[in-house]
Amino acid sequence: MTVIEKIQKICPEAQVSTSGDTIVTVPSDSLAAVAEALRNDDQEPMDYLRDIVGMDWSEGLGALYYLESSKTYGRVVLKTVARDRDEAWLPSVCHWWRTAEIKEREIYDFFGIRFIGNPDMRRIFLREDWKGYPLRKDYDMDSNPLNMENEENADDTVEYYLKPDGTVEGHRNILFDQKDFVVNIGPQHPSTHGVLRMRTSLDGETISRIDPILGYIHRGIEKMNESLTYPQTLALTDRLDYLSAHQNRHALCMCIEQAMGLEVSRRVQYIRTIMDELQRIDSHLLFYSCLVMDMGGLTPFFYGFREREMILDIFEETTGGRLIQNYNVIGGVQADIHPTFQQKVKEFIKHLRSVIQDYHNIFTGNVIATTRLKGVGILTREQAISLGATGGTGRAAGWANDVRKHHPYALYGEVDFKEVLYTEGDSFARYMVRMDEIMESCHIIEQLIDNIPEGETRLKTKPIIKLPEGNFSASVETSRGEFGVMLESHGDKTPYRLHYRSTGLPLVHAMDTACRGNKIADLIAIGGTMDFVIPDIDR
Amino acid sequence: MEVKKKTAIRSMQYDEFKNNDYLEQMVRDLNRDGAGIILGSVDDLINWGRSNSLWSLTFGTSCCAIEFMALGAARYDMARFGFEVTRNSPRQADMIMVLGTITHKMAPVLRRLYDQMAEPKYVVAVGGCTISGGPFRKSYHVVNGIDQIVPVDVYIPGCPPRPEAFYYGMMQLQRKIKVQKFLGGVNRQEKKPKDMDSND
Repeated sequence: MTVIEKIQKICPEAQVSTSGDTIVTVPSDSLAAVAEALRNDDQEPMDYLRDIVGMDWSEGLGALYYLESSKTYGRVVLKTVARDRDEAWLPSVCHWWRTAEIKEREIYDFFGIRFIGNPDMRRIFLREDWKGYPLRKDYDMDSNPLNMENEENADDTVEYYLKPDGTVEGHRNILFDQKDFVVNIGPQHPSTHGVLRMRTSLDGETISRIDPILGYIHRGIEKMNESLTYPQTLALTDRLDYLSAHQNRHALCMCIEQAMGLEVSRRVQYIRTIMDELQRIDSHLLFYSCLVMDMGGLTPFFYGFREREMILDIFEETTGGRLIQNYNVIGGVQADIHPTFQQKVKEFIKHLRSVIQDYHNIFTGNVIATTRLKGVGILTREQAISLGATGGTGRAAGWANDVRKHHPYALYGEVDFKEVLYTEGDSFARYMVRMDEIMESCHIIEQLIDNIPEGETRLKTKPIIKLPEGNFSASVETSRGEFGVMLESHGDKTPYRLHYRSTGLPLVHAMDTACRGNKIADLIAIGGTMDFVIPDIDR
Repeated sequence: MEVKKKTAIRSMQYDEFKNNDYLEQMVRDLNRDGAGIILGSVDDLINWGRSNSLWSLTFGTSCCAIEFMALGAARYDMARFGFEVTRNSPRQADMIMVLGTITHKMAPVLRRLYDQMAEPKYVVAVGGCTISGGPFRKSYHVVNGIDQIVPVDVYIPGCPPRPEAFYYGMMQLQRKIKVQKFLGGVNRQEKKPKDMDSND
């Protein structure tokens, strides 16, 4: 029995649409029943909620639920529409997937849909006194002028529940009460890797709750996308997670190419794959440098940046950019690789293999490092899946979630590489996953670098691209997890909605689970090994 | 009128810098008003020290901050210019480098940090986003230029700027500090908050 048949068995009125991705529309009343059945299925439990995408259709507000099974890697998309536009309600699914706790808050913030049963219905990115919901189609862009008043954050929140007579009522949930000792960390703090703010309540030295406050770098990229043409939307992807610039842009190009029915040449596939892996090494080197610096060691920072500069040189010669390269375009890449590209990449990998032992000598075996990382900030496999903590964080807990392996794209189906898995789920395992992945990336590049075939590097496309109607999606494995592009086209030259699955949002959400019961002194080390980049979370 | 006070930065000749009307004007004002021999010499000494030990408050919000980290590493080595000490407390910083987009939610925080810094203080706006909103100019949540919030001394354009561009901008700031009047000038620049809104 396929997933769709299972859904139709529970909910006979479910409709299936196949323009682009296959989407099953279920009425909002049956959403909870369908979610529960899919989550608890024996053969194919849909236990990983990839993302919830809020939508403003002309028929009403609603959401798309992207589900995946950690057992079979099968995927399904559910769609549901809330009845009333002014009083939009949907049932919360956070009982089955904990990641929904934070993603439903995002949808509430952007669309004003309230989720019945979510314990925390506050705004997440925008100020608490923000007026209106910016991603609704009828939002007035001038309705919130710059407000220089300092923001006050409430210590309580509202949870909505359904009364037996069908009406909805809210009751107060207390986040921090008068007796809690709350320490504010951020938003201007050098070790939170961006402008993350965490309100941390302490019991002595032990962390009892972390409340992340996001949005200090929320730039409204998803709203801007709706008024940009497809080639224009590419420019903003590099600025999401700037340490995965190539990979982010790769995902969006793949999604648009798939919707257009465009097949890029083998040469482009080779170049994209090599660039993705170089970017991954670049990001992991920076991870190493920053983690050790956050923990008080300065020398490894110079090690990491020494090798990183070599990658940036290679990037710069071919793409013209150091950090933000703007290299992938729809139908190929901006320009062919530099004549010395292959030689330099090979020299770099040889060099990296010769110095990587220094990295381990100075930090990995160090007694201070191991005491501060081993057994600290544990996330179990079940927690990681439920929280949607993909990438190295999930793999450190034993969850095989590498998109390159399980949903191969570009050339990942043809190269030989190992998915790095650890089972401890602690900070040290998260660190080791990244260090091992550097070597795996080298291995992938070595298989490809000598065999780049001749061919077109850029297919000619029209300057104005119109995509067929439908929903399209693509996902890639970026340096820190699964990055997804979810696109809805209504046949125009601009997307109707273009959503990005943030890799970091679930990781920040997981901080509360990973840090509870640990010491405040370990907070920065745990956050460092989670390896989130805030502009990618806030978008 | 000929400019007499010519400030060389490191080994770079004055003429290589001579492209900033604003600083030219400052030099002209300085020459016109004059200064006592003793006060002027002490000023020179203090400014030499100030300009070569600029401590910055790290205020990295996005991409530009990573390039700033590259500045701190061995290859670009900002210690050569005396910028290498970055402070995490506004009380200890001489200048604030705004690295990355400033959003509506961040704007009051930036203003507060600026207000917490001790005089004399300087602001460097790094990257397209801080200068004008950059690629996010049309967004509902981005401040179109931090000069709406704090007075800016140096703009460094780029997305993100190259490390060389950072240095060029920072050296412009050094040059500005060298031609400022310290005693009786910037050391007594305490203004009331309402005057500061009207940019100097």
